[in-house]
Amino acid sequence: MKIAISASGKTLDSQVDPRFGRAAGFIIYDMETGTFEYKDNSQNLNAMQGAGIQSAKNISDYGVGALITGHCGPKAFTALNAAGVKIYAGAAGTVAETIEKFKAGDLSEAENADVEGHWM
Amino acid sequence: MPEATIKNTIAIASGKGGTGKTTVAVNLAFMLRDTGHKVRLIDCDVEAPNAHIFMKPEIMESKTVYVPVPIVDEAKCNGCGRCGEVCRFSAIVALGTKAMTFPSLCHGCGSCILTCPERALREGEREVGVMEKGMASGVEFAHGRLRVGEAMSPPLIRAVKKLESDADVTIIDCPPGTSCPVVQSVRGSDYVVLVTEPTPFGLNDLILAVEMIREVGLPFGVIVNRMGAGDQRTHDFCLANNIKIIGAIPDDRRIAESYSRGRLIFDDLPEYRGRFEQIIEAVKERMPANNRS
Repeated sequence: MKIAISASGKTLDSQVDPRFGRAAGFIIYDMETGTFEYKDNSQNLNAMQGAGIQSAKNISDYGVGALITGHCGPKAFTALNAAGVKIYAGAAGTVAETIEKFKAGDLSEAENADVEGHWM
Repeated sequence: MPEATIKNTIAIASGKGGTGKTTVAVNLAFMLRDTGHKVRLIDCDVEAPNAHIFMKPEIMESKTVYVPVPIVDEAKCNGCGRCGEVCRFSAIVALGTKAMTFPSLCHGCGSCILTCPERALREGEREVGVMEKGMASGVEFAHGRLRVGEAMSPPLIRAVKKLESDADVTIIDCPPGTSCPVVQSVRGSDYVVLVTEPTPFGLNDLILAVEMIREVGLPFGVIVNRMGAGDQRTHDFCLANNIKIIGAIPDDRRIAESYSRGRLIFDDLPEYRGRFEQIIEAVKERMPANNRS
């Protein structure tokens, strides 16, 4: 399974970006092979509206089974749910540390959006 | 009868809020009425309309305004995602499943419905607010009231501006700022009056408003309200940028008191009528339609 982690940089040493929809980018990590790639998210970072929905669409297109991020709003949550992507919110620290926690089963799946939507 | 009828639209905008747009708009409307014009005032500040407080219109018509939003027929949708590709606002998206919609983000353009190869989308509606129309002491009046919780005001502003009218002069009281609602409000006007105050905040936002109006491409002039408060920098800016100051209203406590009672300078302080007459003359002179000599 591949997982996506919202990241503020391109490497595993980067900090987890606490924002989902407007994250700087995503590290797509392959659990089987231990390899990863970086997907830039600057287009959504600068989006006028709907950043969470578009980011969810991209995450779904990358074929990942789980997303790990800091916070996830209601529209992104709905979209990710529809796409069948599991959501793990509340992550902090580096991407590498977060992957280890995920592997160890220390992260719990979010049942709801944990932040309010933005003004509409 | 007026000596030169102006069959025109004048938009009253600012940048900064609270500079006196409504004061200028309402007083100009009644002043024009008294010079024999058929006048209409439209309050386009649909998020916080207040012209009615001063004009006290009798509302004769009220209509709910909707924007179209897509509704997905799940039996027909095959999840191809074309709708999401054409939507600039992420209001519809297919994530390997049936299309899902986010009506609050929808601007009602209809692209998704036109694009859907399966004809799986039809038009529903979302309420954006109410528009009201009436008469206020011989002046036609119209305004919009945005639904509480609604974030998108331009469709309601557009609807209010489209209401029919017999007037030969329309005064548009615009929302503050320089973003979409303001652009929607000033668009199609013959002349824009920017009301400002001679303070650093007023000047900062005047500069933004001037940039916006120049981008939209409309002729404009500036009214300095509360002249005497603040400093000289607003005047210097206008002079340096070849911007015509078409009028000034002094910083007079009696004007604020009159305003706070929901009354008009026009009624309470007749000594200021001359100022508004001068403003009307300056606007007439500079309106493209009246400048053909």
